[in-house]
Amino acid sequence: MIRMLSVCIAMLFAGSLIAADVKFDDPQKQERYEQLINELRCLVCQNQTIADSNAELALDLRNKVAELIEGGKSDAEIVDYLTARYGDFVLYRPPVQPNTLLLWAGPFLLLLVAGIVLVFTVRRRAQLADSDEESIS
Amino acid sequence: MSWRFAIPLVVVIALVAAFWRGLFLNPGEVPSPLIGKPVPEFSLPTLHDPALTFSSDNLKGQISLLNVFGTWCPGCHDEHPLLVEWSKSPPYGVPVYGLNWAMHQPSERAAAIKWLQRVGNPYAAIGYDESGAVIMDWGVYGAPETFLIDAQGRVRLKHVGVLTEEVVQNKIVPAIERLRAEEKQ
Repeated sequence: MIRMLSVCIAMLFAGSLIAADVKFDDPQKQERYEQLINELRCLVCQNQTIADSNAELALDLRNKVAELIEGGKSDAEIVDYLTARYGDFVLYRPPVQPNTLLLWAGPFLLLLVAGIVLVFTVRRRAQLADSDEESIS
Repeated sequence: MSWRFAIPLVVVIALVAAFWRGLFLNPGEVPSPLIGKPVPEFSLPTLHDPALTFSSDNLKGQISLLNVFGTWCPGCHDEHPLLVEWSKSPPYGVPVYGLNWAMHQPSERAAAIKWLQRVGNPYAAIGYDESGAVIMDWGVYGAPETFLIDAQGRVRLKHVGVLTEEVVQNKIVPAIERLRAEEKQ
């Protein structure tokens, strides 16, 4: 609670500092910048990307991303730079690794289970229908 | 009754267990990838005298705490008396270093000096980070945050949020005891 409050107060101060968004001369760099900041999570306002967030830290992170792009870093290098500091949590698209396997495979597992249940149900119904016909005849 | 009737029940119990656990997790506490790694290299002017530096070298050679604070941060005001208390009789002689996060406000330096004069200065040394560059290298995303650093200069623990008596007794001090036990081996 107190932490939230400190963040809010910090944002009050930060409001005056938020400058116009970064503009690159190179449209390709601009595109990479837009894409990156829309995939990185703001740690202060956790359900926002750093593109959406007005938090001071998000502004710093946007500027950092811009600086790294200008410095000729690749997207992968920029993502590595941030995960080395803030962990995988900054990624809106988590990497596929042992502890995220369930996250990535989960929907397909559910689909598989649903498929199996479906097959069994259809078969049983077919069997029931068959036996009904037999009992009628 | 077929065993199949148990399946939805088992699923529901598993979900309830998962959500129950989720209720007590703190999403505000993001695990730091720095744990176990050497402290990020940095060199900052000290708060009181810009001609002096406070650097990552200060954090090597003994167990220490690094506390991120700013005068703009109410949580920092809350935990401050506890830090002052700590500095008067440091458990196991562990010093507290300060990292003053100015959030691009040049007025923070004077504000912090004045504030510490009023409420007491528990810090063995204070680095002044106006741009937030060091803050970012440490993966700090709010204040207060407190790091425990071992004698080899590795980050061993990070506490996000206000330090309370409970946090100190149940988290910080036991962690220091573990580090000391490690050193003796």
